[in-house]
Amino acid sequence: MSILCDKSTKLLVQGMGRTGRFHAKISIDYGTQIVGGVHPGKGGTEIDGVPIFNTVEQAVTATGADASVIFVPPSGAADAILEASHAGLRLAVCITEGIPAADMARTKALIAGSGMVLIGPNCPGVVTPEQCRIGIMPAAITKPGSVGVVSRSGTLTYEAVDQLTRLGFGQSTCLGIGGDSVIGSTFVDVLALFEADPATEAVVMIGEIGGSAEEKAAEFIKANMSKPVVAFIAGQNAPPGKRMGHAGAIISGGKGAAADKIEALEAAGVAVSRSPANIAATLAALQ
Amino acid sequence: MNVHEYQAKVLFREYGVAVPEGDLATTADEARDVAERLGSEVTVVKAQVHAGGRGKGGGIKLARSPEEARQHAEEILGMILVTKQTGTEGKRVRKVYVEGGCKIARELYLAITLDRESEQFAVIASTAGGMDIEEVAAATPEKIHNVLVDPVAGLSSWQSRALGFKLDLDGNQVKRFDVFLSGLYRLFVEKDASLIEINPLVVTEAGDLLALDGKLNFDDNALYRHPEIAALRDPEEEDVLERTAAEMDFSYVGLNGNIGCMVNGAGLAMATLDMISQAGGSPANFLDVGGDADKTRIENAFKLILRDGEVRAMLVNIFGGIVRGDLIAEGVVAAIGSVGPSVPLVVRLQGTNAEQGRRILAESALDIQSAETLQDAADKVVAAATQGS
Repeated sequence: MSILCDKSTKLLVQGMGRTGRFHAKISIDYGTQIVGGVHPGKGGTEIDGVPIFNTVEQAVTATGADASVIFVPPSGAADAILEASHAGLRLAVCITEGIPAADMARTKALIAGSGMVLIGPNCPGVVTPEQCRIGIMPAAITKPGSVGVVSRSGTLTYEAVDQLTRLGFGQSTCLGIGGDSVIGSTFVDVLALFEADPATEAVVMIGEIGGSAEEKAAEFIKANMSKPVVAFIAGQNAPPGKRMGHAGAIISGGKGAAADKIEALEAAGVAVSRSPANIAATLAALQ
Repeated sequence: MNVHEYQAKVLFREYGVAVPEGDLATTADEARDVAERLGSEVTVVKAQVHAGGRGKGGGIKLARSPEEARQHAEEILGMILVTKQTGTEGKRVRKVYVEGGCKIARELYLAITLDRESEQFAVIASTAGGMDIEEVAAATPEKIHNVLVDPVAGLSSWQSRALGFKLDLDGNQVKRFDVFLSGLYRLFVEKDASLIEINPLVVTEAGDLLALDGKLNFDDNALYRHPEIAALRDPEEEDVLERTAAEMDFSYVGLNGNIGCMVNGAGLAMATLDMISQAGGSPANFLDVGGDADKTRIENAFKLILRDGEVRAMLVNIFGGIVRGDLIAEGVVAAIGSVGPSVPLVVRLQGTNAEQGRRILAESALDIQSAETLQDAADKVVAAATQGS
C-alpha cells in the first residue's frame, strides 16, 4: 500500500512541452502507466509513443486515466487544474512554479468539493517507490518501505529520502506539497492519508518558514496521529521580510518563523531535528 | 514588487479611491512650483522611498508656503533616510511628493491582502489609524476588524457597509466608504496586488474619506500580465546584487556573513544556511541556482556571489536528482576554470552519480575541498572562512 498513487494509477500528462516530455519518459522507464498526454491542437498524434488528446475529458474517456501531472506554464496552469477537476480525475499533481497566488486561491475554492486531490503547485511531485513516479523527483534514491515523506521543498526532500535510504529506511510514498502560499493539499491533508495508510509506519515531515501549515500540522498530530512523526524546519536563520526562494517562504508580520513551528511541533510530541543532516538519524533514534 | 507612494496614488485615482491633490518633484524648485499650483494653505513634502516610518525619520515635513515647501524639499532630497524599515544604512531620497494638506477629524487604517490561513482575501480595518498595525494588534486587538472575501464571489456592498459601521462612520460616510473600498478591492484584484495598505485613511472635518498614505505590493508571479505595473519598478530602490540575480533568473538574498552559498533548490538552500550557522559560520547569501544547474548558470552564480566583497569562502551544495552528479561536476570544474574564484571552495555533490562527480572534482587539479555529507561540507567551509578572515 501507499498513498495517492501505485502500480494501478493511470496517469495523464497535461503539457507535453520540453519538460513534460522529458519527465514523462523517465516516469515510463520507471514503470509508471502513462496512458496519454493532453496538448490542445495535437490530439490524434503521438509523442514518444504516448497518445495525445486535445482535452482531458477526451483523454479520460479513451484511456480510463484517473490522475494527471501538470507541466503547463504559469499563465495556463490554474486553468489546467480546473480542466482536470472537471474531467473527474481523482488526483492532479501540479509541478508548475510561478502561478499567481490569487489564481490559486480562486482555483482552490472552485475545486473544493469536486473530490479531486490537488498536490502542488510548485512541487516536485509524488513517488511510490518501484510503483509510480509522478513529477520530477529522482526516483532512483527511493526504496520501498514504510516511512512516509512529505515536504514543502524539492531538493531538501531528496536530501531526506537519500538519508533515509542510506540508513535502511524504505519509503511508502514520498511527496512534495509545494512552496507557494496557496497549495492544493497541506501537511494536515497528507498526514491524514499517511495515518490511514496501513503500509506507513512513521512519517518524516519537512517544513519551512512562512505561513502556519506546520502549526496546524502540530495540532493535527497531537489530536489524530498514532504514528511517530519526525520533522525538520528549514530557514531557522532566515531574516524576516525576505522571500527565501519559494513564494511562500517568508516571515512576515512576526509570523511564520522557524522557532515557533519547532516549538509547536515539539509540544505535539514530534521529534524535530535541528540539523538537516540528522533527519534520518532522528528517526533512527526513535526506533 | 513594491512601488512608491506617488505611484500607488496614481493607481488609487484610476480606481476612484480618493486621495489628496499632489504631484511628484525631483528638485526643490519643482517642489515649490507644485506647492504653488496646489494653492492649499498647508502642503506636505514627503520623501519617496520604499520604506515605512518616513515621518519619524524626518522624511515628511509640513510647509505653510511654497517657499517653505522648497526649503523642506532641499533638505529631504539627497538625504539618507533612516527608518525602522530601512536598516541602519538607510535609503537615499531621490524624489519627493508634494501634497495638499487637509483638516483631519479621524485617522483610520485599511488594508487588503491574501490571508494564507483562510486562503481568501482579507480586508483589515482599524479605528486606530496612523499607528503601527502590528502594535495595535498586540495591544488592542478589539480595535481591528477583519472581513474575509471569497476570491470567487468577490466583495459585496453589505460587507463594506458592515465594516464601515464598525469603524463608527455615520450613514453618509459609510456610503463613501463603500465606494472607496470597492474601488480599492477592484484595484487589488485587477492588478494582482499582494498587499494594499492605507495608513492613515483619514476622515476630514468635512466628512470626506481620503487615502493620506498608500502602500502597494504586487504579486511577482502575476507581473507577466501587467506590463504597466512591471514598468513601475524602481531599480534604485533595490539591492544591486538582488537585482542582478533576478536578471539572471536566480533567487538570491544578501545576508551579512562571509560564506558564499550556491545551492540547488530553495529548501536545500535554506537548510544549508541553517547548517552553516549551526557549525559556527555565517552565510553571506541565499542562492538557489535552480534545477538545471549547467555550466553557464554555475558560472553566473560564481560571479554573482564573488561580487560580495565580504565573501571569504564558498560552499557549493548540489543535490543531483535528474541532472547527474558527473555532469554537474564537469560544469563546476569548467565554471571554476573560467571564473577563477579567489576564495577557498568546498563542493558537496550528492545524489545520482555523485561518486563519479566527486572523482571528476578530485582529478581536476583545482583547489577544491570535496565533501560528502552536509555536516562535513559545513564544517569544512566554516574552517576555511575562519582561516581566510
